[in-house]
Amino acid sequence: MHIQIDEISKQFGTTAALTPVSLSIPSGALVALLGPSGSGKTTLLRILGGLEFPSSGRVRFDGQDATNLTVQQRRAGFVFQSYALFRHMTVFDNIAYGLTARPRASRPQKAEIARRVTKLLELIQLPDIGGRFPSQLSGGQRQRVALARALAIEPRMLLLDEPFGALDAKVRKELRQGLRDIHDETGLTTIFVTHDQDEAMELADLVVVMSMGRIEQIGKPADIRARPATAFVREFIGA
Amino acid sequence: MSDIAPIRFRSATEETPLARWALIGIAFAGLAVLVFAPLIAVFAEALVQGAWAAVKSLGNRDALSAIKLTLIITAIAVPLNAAFGIAAAWFITKFDFRGKAFLITLIDLPFSVSPVVAGLCIVLMFGSNSLLGGWLVAQGYHIVFALPGIVLATMFVTFPFVARELIPVMIEQGRAEEEAALTLGASGWRTFWTVTIPNIRWALLYGVLLCNARAMGEFGAVAVVSGKIRGQTATMPITIEMLYNEYLSVAAFSMAAVLALLALVTLLLKTLLEIRHADQLSAQRRH
Repeated sequence: MHIQIDEISKQFGTTAALTPVSLSIPSGALVALLGPSGSGKTTLLRILGGLEFPSSGRVRFDGQDATNLTVQQRRAGFVFQSYALFRHMTVFDNIAYGLTARPRASRPQKAEIARRVTKLLELIQLPDIGGRFPSQLSGGQRQRVALARALAIEPRMLLLDEPFGALDAKVRKELRQGLRDIHDETGLTTIFVTHDQDEAMELADLVVVMSMGRIEQIGKPADIRARPATAFVREFIGA
Repeated sequence: MSDIAPIRFRSATEETPLARWALIGIAFAGLAVLVFAPLIAVFAEALVQGAWAAVKSLGNRDALSAIKLTLIITAIAVPLNAAFGIAAAWFITKFDFRGKAFLITLIDLPFSVSPVVAGLCIVLMFGSNSLLGGWLVAQGYHIVFALPGIVLATMFVTFPFVARELIPVMIEQGRAEEEAALTLGASGWRTFWTVTIPNIRWALLYGVLLCNARAMGEFGAVAVVSGKIRGQTATMPITIEMLYNEYLSVAAFSMAAVLALLALVTLLLKTLLEIRHADQLSAQRRH
């Protein structure tokens, strides 16, 4: 799905988290929002997911105005920074949550839900952990379960907030490839937030460098490396 | 040959055995003097003329009416306070707004105000001499010296228990799980029942039990608003006081024993629930 951000701004009280920013994300792209903390990247992601509403500007999905769509109507698969798995539910119930939460008319049968959850567990290469609780999983496993839970609702896009932030270096490398694979397999427009320039450069097709609520540069990793547009970008990517 | 002292394995935070036993001893002695001894004394005093005398003292009309009244008040006040407590805790922890600190202070007010003062406030507001109370009485609604007043007084005094238990738990858990449920398409209502409530259920249970114990035992505020009409507005604690003042010590202590027993039953229930769900509890806490 093509995502168009037109002059979005966001005020929290008297502080501006986003000065008007515009951005066009082609359908099926894997995009990194890269920047230090306080750069507005997470705010922008949450606006796309419908968890925050912009103070001004519009969001368009495939050309249709989506600014006023509720979080439920957005159908965005959202992976939270600390994964936010439901701690009182098993992995199976976590992944099934979005399907069982549907209104009765569009809710799949129990057997169909089970089939889809099993398939997702296979996709994240953890077929045997359906009966466990989140507290019994490693950090990397939790991240993959969060991804499967987000994919279960057949989302129109995938939004990830620092998906590798809480993991150690080795697991991080593995899961980067995992995300790339899942992106390629599903073809979903995928946007992830990171403060790690290596991660952004290695994984994304398109990198959006942000600072102080502004977009500093948009470009392919190689272009940003070769031609940093501002002094901030040059310093931040350590080129 | 040099002497090698045996290596002692003790972690940095561990005390010497002497200190440990002394501390445990003090804790037990304190509990024994302050909690167990009075409790045993209540039961012993109730049974001093035998079990039959104790049971008989509870069988008369006024005693039964007191027990019934206390149970009715608790059955009304506790669910309402649980609902208000959840609403208040939800509002305070999930939203940012001006005057939040003031609201938290307001919730604590019943803890700092003497129950007698609270009772007097209700009499002033709803008594037949007041504007509101006079009008209500004219319409045929009696608040003071009747069940509604006692319920109001009990609710005022026990208001903070549920909210106070829930607020720290809900702050610690944050909003992420609720947000996750919403992004997965769940409505706000569904999110509340399938994510919020299961996550706070132990704190909620604990708050409700404390609220329940206090609601059954409340004396000061109820004494002011109830008018102490025997067989009508006298709750268990009030009846106990009246019986004791009339030197009916077996009757007074029997009633006191029943009140203590009700509290012990709620504690027992909580412990049983904790044992039964021990795995689940520890699994959740480690998260």
